[in-house]
Amino acid sequence: MTNPLNLFDRPNSYIGKTVPRPDARRLLEGRGRFVDDIQLPRMGHAAFLRSPHAHARIVSIDVAAARAHPGVIAVFTGAEMAQHVEPYVGVLTHLAGLRSAPQHPIAVDIARWQGEPVAMVIADSRATAEDAAELIEVEYDELPAACDAETALDPGTPVIHPAFGNNLAWERTVDVGDVDAAFARDDVTVVERTMRFGRHTGVTLEPRAAVAEFDPSEDRLTFHYSGQAPHMMQFIFAKHLGLPEENVRVVAEDVGGSFGIKIHTYGDEVATAAAAKVLRRPVKFVADRAESFMTDIHARDHVVEGRMAVTADGGIAALAFDDLTGIGPFSMYPRTSAIEANQVLNLTGAPYVVPNYRATARVVFQNKNMMCQYRAVGHPIAMAICDGLLEDAAAAIGMDPVAIRRRNLMRDDGYPCASASGMKLADLSHHKAMDRLVELMDYDRLRAENAALRAQGIHRGIGFCSMVEVTNPSPMFYGVGGAPIASQDGATLRLDAGGGLQVASSVTEQGQGTNAILAQIAAGVFGVPIERVRVKTGDTETVPYGGGTWASRGAGIGGEAMLQAALALKSQVLDVAAVILQARPDDLDIRDGSVTDANGTPRMTLSDLARTVYYRGNELPSDLTPELIATRHYRVTDFPFVFTNGAMAAHVEVDPDTGFVRVLDFWAVEDCGRVINPQLVDEQIRGGVVQGIGGALYEECLYSPEGQLLNTTMADYLVPMAGEMPDIHVAHVETPTRTSVLGAKGAGEAGTGGAPAAVMNAVNDALRPLGTSIWQMPMTPERILKALGRV
Amino acid sequence: MTQTRTITLTVNGDSVTRTVPVRMNLADFLRAELGLTGTHVGCEHGVCGACTLHVDDAPVRSCLMLAVQADGASVTTVEGLADSGRGAALRAAFTARNALQCGYCTPGMLASALDYIDTGGSADRAAIREHLSGNYCRCTGYQAIVDAVCDVIEGRVTA
Repeated sequence: MTNPLNLFDRPNSYIGKTVPRPDARRLLEGRGRFVDDIQLPRMGHAAFLRSPHAHARIVSIDVAAARAHPGVIAVFTGAEMAQHVEPYVGVLTHLAGLRSAPQHPIAVDIARWQGEPVAMVIADSRATAEDAAELIEVEYDELPAACDAETALDPGTPVIHPAFGNNLAWERTVDVGDVDAAFARDDVTVVERTMRFGRHTGVTLEPRAAVAEFDPSEDRLTFHYSGQAPHMMQFIFAKHLGLPEENVRVVAEDVGGSFGIKIHTYGDEVATAAAAKVLRRPVKFVADRAESFMTDIHARDHVVEGRMAVTADGGIAALAFDDLTGIGPFSMYPRTSAIEANQVLNLTGAPYVVPNYRATARVVFQNKNMMCQYRAVGHPIAMAICDGLLEDAAAAIGMDPVAIRRRNLMRDDGYPCASASGMKLADLSHHKAMDRLVELMDYDRLRAENAALRAQGIHRGIGFCSMVEVTNPSPMFYGVGGAPIASQDGATLRLDAGGGLQVASSVTEQGQGTNAILAQIAAGVFGVPIERVRVKTGDTETVPYGGGTWASRGAGIGGEAMLQAALALKSQVLDVAAVILQARPDDLDIRDGSVTDANGTPRMTLSDLARTVYYRGNELPSDLTPELIATRHYRVTDFPFVFTNGAMAAHVEVDPDTGFVRVLDFWAVEDCGRVINPQLVDEQIRGGVVQGIGGALYEECLYSPEGQLLNTTMADYLVPMAGEMPDIHVAHVETPTRTSVLGAKGAGEAGTGGAPAAVMNAVNDALRPLGTSIWQMPMTPERILKALGRV
Repeated sequence: MTQTRTITLTVNGDSVTRTVPVRMNLADFLRAELGLTGTHVGCEHGVCGACTLHVDDAPVRSCLMLAVQADGASVTTVEGLADSGRGAALRAAFTARNALQCGYCTPGMLASALDYIDTGGSADRAAIREHLSGNYCRCTGYQAIVDAVCDVIEGRVTA
C-alpha cells in the first residue's frame, strides 16, 4: 500500500493527471486576495520621493511643508529611517571576494541610482501622500555617474564606493583543460562573437505591494507581502528591525506574478515595515508602474566575448568567453547580484561534451537600478553563448545545426557525469528530446519550405537551443554562503473530523499552480478525493518552515515533502484503523475517503475513523495514541542541483525592409522528470517561452548616458502581447530524478532560459544568406536594419 | 486638489451615491470606496488592460475614466459578472484551459474577451489575439486564453 513503486498507478492517484486548480474559480469571480485589496483600520498610505539623479549628494532636505500638509501622518528622511533599521549588505561567503556596501532603506547622504528612495511620506491616502511628497525640497549636488558597465573599471570612471578603490564587485574564472592549445590547433575552425544582452525586468502585472501591521503590546509585526519567500523575509525583518524572529509573521496570499522580482529586499518595503513599527499603526505601500520600472530589480545586462573551436566533423574542441555584467550600485540583499554571473559560468556548455573550457566573469557596480535574480537566472545568457556559437560554427563548417548538436550532446546513457564547469548531471535526455523535437516540428519539411520561400524573397529561419535548467537546489545554492534561505521544505497533513485534509506547505503559490499540485499529491498518495483537500501556503505562522518557491523548486522539493507527509499520515491512520477493524495495517488501504481492504472494498470512512479518535476516544484501547497529523521535510542531499534538460526550436520571419521579426512557431520538448499535472507544466513552459521571446525581441530598460531611465511606462517598455505571440507546441520526455520518490524536477524557468537562444539562432538563420548576423538582444527592428547596413 | 462632487451610478445592479474627489479614477473608486477589489490596477494609464470593465455595456479602462464621469452610468465589474451569471461559459473555459495563472489580469481579460464574444467575434485565432492585444498577461503566454475564447465561440464549453 505504501510501497512507493505503486504510488503513481494507484486507482485514485491524481499524479500525472490534469485537474483544474482550486484557486481558479476564486480568481475568475473577482475574489482574489492581493495585498492592495487589504484595508485596515487606521492604515496609512506611503509614497516615496525618489532621486531624480543617478548619483548625487543630498546636501539638504526640507520636509517641513510636507509634514504640515493636511492628512499627512509622518515623513521620514533617510537619516531618520536609518535610526530604526540596521543596514544590510548583499554578500555571501561562498561567492569568495564578493563585496558590496551597507545599504539603507532610504538613501542617506548620497543617492546612487535614479529612483532610489530619498524620503517617505505616510498620509491618509496615497494621493495625499503624493501631494505632500511634492512639497519636499531637496538640494542635490550632482556627482559624476558610472553608468556604462563596459567602462565601469576604466581608470577615469567615478568609483561608486570609494573604499573599494574601483567598481569591481566580484570576479571568477573557470579554466578546464588546455583552451589555448585547443584554439591553436590547425585542424579546427574558430568562431568569435561579441554578444550583448540588454537589461530587462519582470513587469509583474501586480506591482510590488506591502501592508505592515505592528502591535506594540505584543512587539509583533505582521507583513502582508506579495512575494515568494515568506520565511526569508521573516528573518530579514526580525534582524533589521530588531524583533524576535517568532514575533514576525509574513503572509503571502495571492501574488500577481513574481518571476523572481519579488524575492529580494527592497528599501521601500523595509521602510514600510519600519514605519508601521514606529507609528504603531498599519502602513501600506504599493509601487506604481513608474516605481516598478525604476526599482524592481532589473536582469541580464551582460556583454560577452565568446569563442568556440570545432573540428571538421563538428566536434567542440574548446569554448571560452569573458562575461561582464553591471549590477547597479549595490549587490542585492540577501541573494546577491553575483549569482547570475556565477550561473553563466556554471551552465554554459553544460548540455555538451566540452573538453576545454575557460570562462571569466566580472561583476561591476554602476549608477543604475540594481540587477538581480529574475526567472531563469543566467540561463538565457549561458544558452545563447554556447548554442549561438555552436550554430555559428555549424554554418562556418557547413554542418546542419541538428547534426552538430547530435555530434556534441552528452549521451543519454552516460549519466551521472559532470559538465565542463564541474556541475553534477544525472538523468538527462538531450538526444531523446532532440529526436522528439525534430519529429514534432517536421524539421526536414520546414527546411525545404524555407528554402523555397527564400527564392521568393521571404526570409525565414529556424533556430535551436539544447538546454539545461537548474532546479531543486540543495543548500549549496544559498544556505552554504550564509543566506537566511531554506533549501528544505516541509508539508503537514491533518485529517479533520469530517474526513477531509487540511494541508500546509512552505512552498508558495504565485500563479503557477503550486497549490494544485500539492493537493494532487496529498489526495492521491493519502487517498481522498481532491475536493476534500484544503491547501494552505504563504504564512509563516501556519505552515512548516521552508524556502518558498523559486529556482523551480516548488514541485520537486515541496512536492516530495508533501508525498512523504502523506505516506506518513496514511501509515498513522492505518495503524488506528487496524485496531478498530481488528485487521493488520498491511491488509488495509485508503481510497476515495475510506479505509478499505486490500482489494478496495470500503471498511469504514475516514470521517468515522476521525470522529472516533477525536470524539469517542473511550472506544479505543488506552495504549493507542492516535496521531492524525503528520509533518515531513525534504531537502536534496546528493546533488547541488537537480538539472533538467530541454530542446527548443523557433521559426521566424525577418522583414529586411522594416527589420521586424515575426515568431511564426515555437516548439519545446522538456524533460522535467515526473509530470504531476501536464496542463500546468505545459502552461509553465509556454509562459516561460513568451517571457524569453520578450527578452529576445522587445524588452529593454533603456538608460541615457547620464543614468536616466528613459522608458518607465508600459507604453514605452514593450512586453509580448497576444497579437505578436505564436502558439507554442510542447512535448515531454519523462526521466524522473532518482533523488526523490516523486521524481519531479522543476519546469518553471526552462522556457525563459532557452527561448532567447532559439530565437536568436532563428533570426541569424534568416539573416545569414543576406550576409549578416545579429548578436544583441533585444533584436529590435533598428538593430536588425543596422546589421543589414540599411540604416 | 480636494474638490469633491456627489455622484450616483449603478454598480452591478445596485444604485450607489457617494461624494468623491474629482480627481479619483473609477478603478480607485470601485476598489477603495465600494470594496470591489476584483478590479485590478496594473499601469494606471490605459496600456495594460487589467482594469478593463463594462460601463453601459462597453469595455472601458477604469483607470482612464474618472469616477465623476461615471455619474449616471451603469458599471459592471468582475464581481457583477459572477453574481449575475454572465460569462459563466467563459469562466468555465478559462478554468478548463488554465487560461489564468496569477489571476491579476483575469478580470480585465474576461471583460475584453466577453466583449469580443458578445459582439459576434469569430473563432479565428489571429482575430482573437488581435482583440486581446490590449490586455497584458505575463504568466500564460496567451495561448490558453485564445483556446478558451475559441471553446466558448465554438460551443465546446457551456455554462
